[in-house]
Formats: sequence, C-alpha cells, structure tokens
Amino acid sequence: MSARSVDLLVIGAGPAGIAAATEAAGLGLSVSVMDEQSRPGGQIYRGIETASPKRLAVLGKDYAAGRSLTESFRSSAAEYLPDTLVWNIGSDRSVDFSRGGRAQQMNPSAILVATGALERPMPIPGWTLPGVTTAGALQILLKSSGIVRDNCVLAGAGPLLWLVATQMIAAGARPAAIVENLPRGRIVAGLRHLPGALRAREYLFKGLAMIARVKAAGVPVYANATGLAIEGSTQAEAITFSSGGRQHRIETDAIALHQGVVPNQQITRLVGAEHRWDAAQACFHPVLDARFRTSADSIYVAGDGAAINGARPAALQGRLAALLIAEDQGRRVGTERIRRLQAGIARDKSVRPMLETIYAPAPEILAPADSTLICRCEEVTAGEIRSVVDLGAPGPNQIKSMLRAGMGPCQGRVCGLAVAQIIADRKGETPEETGYYRIRPPIKPITLAELAAYAPDEDAPRAASGDAAA
Amino acid sequence: MVPSRARRIEEVRTISFEFEGLAVQAQEGDSVAAALTAAGIVDLRDSPVSGAPRGIYCMMGACFDCLVEIDGQPNRQACMCEVREGLVVRRQQGRAELEL
Repeated sequence: MSARSVDLLVIGAGPAGIAAATEAAGLGLSVSVMDEQSRPGGQIYRGIETASPKRLAVLGKDYAAGRSLTESFRSSAAEYLPDTLVWNIGSDRSVDFSRGGRAQQMNPSAILVATGALERPMPIPGWTLPGVTTAGALQILLKSSGIVRDNCVLAGAGPLLWLVATQMIAAGARPAAIVENLPRGRIVAGLRHLPGALRAREYLFKGLAMIARVKAAGVPVYANATGLAIEGSTQAEAITFSSGGRQHRIETDAIALHQGVVPNQQITRLVGAEHRWDAAQACFHPVLDARFRTSADSIYVAGDGAAINGARPAALQGRLAALLIAEDQGRRVGTERIRRLQAGIARDKSVRPMLETIYAPAPEILAPADSTLICRCEEVTAGEIRSVVDLGAPGPNQIKSMLRAGMGPCQGRVCGLAVAQIIADRKGETPEETGYYRIRPPIKPITLAELAAYAPDEDAPRAASGDAAA
Repeated sequence: MVPSRARRIEEVRTISFEFEGLAVQAQEGDSVAAALTAAGIVDLRDSPVSGAPRGIYCMMGACFDCLVEIDGQPNRQACMCEVREGLVVRRQQGRAELEL
C-alpha cells in the first residue's frame, strides 16, 4: 500500500481551513482536509449544517454566516476527511492519521495548519469539579445539540463571555450572574486604541450591544471581581469572590469559566516550528512570514492558530494562504485578489489592540495560589511546580518528568501555558526563555488496534517520530 | 440553590442508550457528553490520581476530562463520540485497564 500524495493538506475544518481548501481546490490544487469533527465549521460554526431555524435565530447572524462557507466547501473539489485524527507529522511532511479505527499515511507537498484556538487555562480553586465547564463548552452544547443550562454563572472575562450570555438569554436560559474578573482601569487603558479600532467599528457596536442586552435582561453583573473560587465536594455548589469591596457567594451547580482564547500550538510544536512569546496576550504564537510560512519547510498556518483575530479574518487568511501556497507551487495568482484579501484582514485586525488591552488575562489567573490545581489530568498544583523549580528544574519538560504535569491524556493542551508562566515567574524570566512542552507523537492517544492496522508506504522515508532524543 | 436544570430548546428524533445501567434519552446528532448533560448527569468518571469525580469541561476534544467506557472500550472522549441507539456507556473509574 502506498501513501497518497496531495498538493495541499489542510488540518482543521474551521473557517480558515475550509476557506483555504475551497480556494486552493478552485485554483486546481489537489486538496485534502482532515478534521476531528464529523461536520465542517470548526468550533465557531459548530453544528452550522444541522442547526434548526430556531437555533440559528438564537445564535445570531454572525453564526449563521458560517453556512455559506460550509456550502462552498462542500461543493468544492477538495476531499473532506471528517472524523480523522492527525497524530504525527514527520520532517518529510509525511502525515500519520487515524480514520475509521485504522492508522494511515499521506504525503502532502504542503500543509496548512488551521487548528484554531483553545480556551486559555483559568486555574482557580475548584475548577475541576463536575458542573464547571469552559464558556465555550456551554456554547458548543447550544450550537451542536440545542442544550442550555439554566441559572448558570459565567465567570471570567472576554468577548465570548458576553456573547454566550446573550445567546443563553435568547434561548430563554438567562444566566444567574456574570462575575467579571477584569482588573480596574482596563477599559480606560483600552480607549487609547479607540481611534484605530474605529476602522472596524461594527465589532465595537456588537460588543456594546451585547453588554447592554445582558444588563437589560436583568442579569446581575459583578465587576472587577477578584479571588474567584469554586466550592463543592462531589460537584460545584457555589462560586465565591470579592467585588465592590464585598465578599460574595453565589450558590450554583453550573459555572462556565472564560479567560480568552489562545492559539492551539500542538501541531506547530510537533513539527518543530519556531514560536514566540507574546507578552501582551500571555501566549505563544508560531512565527510566520508574510506568506503564512512557519520555520518548518512548506508548513503554513492560517486563522486563530497563528494569532487570535476571530472567525471572519480567519476565513480571509485561509483564502489568502491558499493563493500564496498555490503561488509557491508555481501557479499564477491574481495580485489584485491578494491585495484585497490583505486589506480585509488588516481592517478586521484593527480592533485587536483595543480588545487585547482590555481583555488581557487577569494577573491572578496568571499567578494561581500554591494550592490550586494546574494540571487537571495529573492533579499537579502550582505550589508543587514552584517547589520543583526551586530545586532547579529549568523548564516545562523537566516539570513534566518530575511531576507528570502535561503527561496525562490532554498532553498539556489545557495546562501548558499556565505551567510555562508559573515557571517563568518563579525564575524571573519570560516564558520565551522558559520554553514550552516538547510535543511528541502521537499528539492524541490512539489505540494499539489502530497502530496494528497501520501500513504506511514501505518505500517512503520515515518520519522524524523515531527521533525521540532528549 | 436553584439547580441549573439542563434542557433542550427544541426536539428532534429521539434515540436511547444506557449509562451505568440507566436508560438515557438522546437526540440524533448528540455527542454522548451532550446527551448525558441534557439528562442531568454531570459526574462521568473518577480521576485516576485522587479519585475525585470529573465531568465535561471543554466539549471540544481538548481536555480529556469526559473519558468514559463505551461498549466496553475505555478512555473514549464522551464529547467526541456521537450517540447511537443502544450504546452501553459506563463511568470510567481511575485508569483504564489495558487488555491484551
């Protein structure tokens, strides 16, 4: 059996991935799209193909706009491989993946990583109790299954927190409260960037309208909350915090946390691409040139996996990346189209400095108390990480060896940034100097049965997966 | 406390499966995790380290907190598996046993 070759493999079927695949297929490239979900749309347009008119109305027009993207993708010549897990990429770009219980291999000439964002870890006491989810999880329940939770407390900060609140209200499930942990002074600091942000003012109007709708619905909003903690023994029972100079305790068994989203680094780390620490956003970005190229040969990134900009610019970036990849592969591409896409992306990005200033993570989330669990899988606390740093552990990989943090099934997806930040702060350096977990294949657990069925091309050069040094 | 009843805003075709011996009604297209949430079930497994209960967290396949046993196969992400008629789902207790 020989592994298939394609001009372009797109990993991820969110807006960036499907827009790129549609565009590249239109230019005559052979394109495959692999995605872990059963239907296209990613998390932002999750359930878009199956959502009822009622669900579309509740979720709003920005969500409904995703349908034209998935329709164009479905009618394109791109091959779509849903329910497919990419678990290794070799230095020769050979891609190992599992589909239908069988491991297989593909050899693309170029790879576009469009794996989007993850929610930033928000480690507070009690965040592992059943009943506590991310705000994104609450939204996914609504998008994919039309499920809402009544009397939910939304805690944290960020545009998504307000969006989820308005969608819950529209669905008839008004949240019990919003506990916003935005530090004082952030709005004023953000106003400095208002003139630039006015280029994409519709985002600002949407944000203000969301906040107004939540307040008009009578949802109590606790501002500048600090000391957030969740109580409970076998499930969440209450959230406690300080706000307005008083200590509060709200009894609830449903709490959704949010502290912004960050690029999903698993694949760009796996291929050894260079990453840079963004101090303002407290996250890592893969380093890209103006043509969306990483430092790894013929591996590109578009969308929120490169830097957080949102769904609309992600789709524009996907299209632009496809044009540039086609050009890199010797196709002729119209320069006017490239210029228009670049202008559209720049316009949408103009709102980011203001949003990033206002919604940078709260300092207390970046510096959790010693007793707070950081690694949910292996139950490692902030204090344990700090004490191993004091013993001389230089970075996340040593913390992983000594404490198993990041060694559980999530492989650091949830805790990675928190662990890097805690180590860096303890050592008095930047997370750029501290570094990040070394991400090794398989990047998600696969079964021995899947591996047993693995039959890659015998003649093809083998992946760097065997190169497990250090 | 006012309990946070989970409920559906619309009805589609109903299917049924089993969780810990109890019949659970789900709807076509639900993930196992979504169907259990709608049924008010939040405790899906015990952590392999402390034995503390865990439930859904990210619902997008990243956190692995919703690991359950499905039709005898342990370590399945409940949020990534679509419900099918007659599935037998069990809580996962601690680490999955490796059967050879």
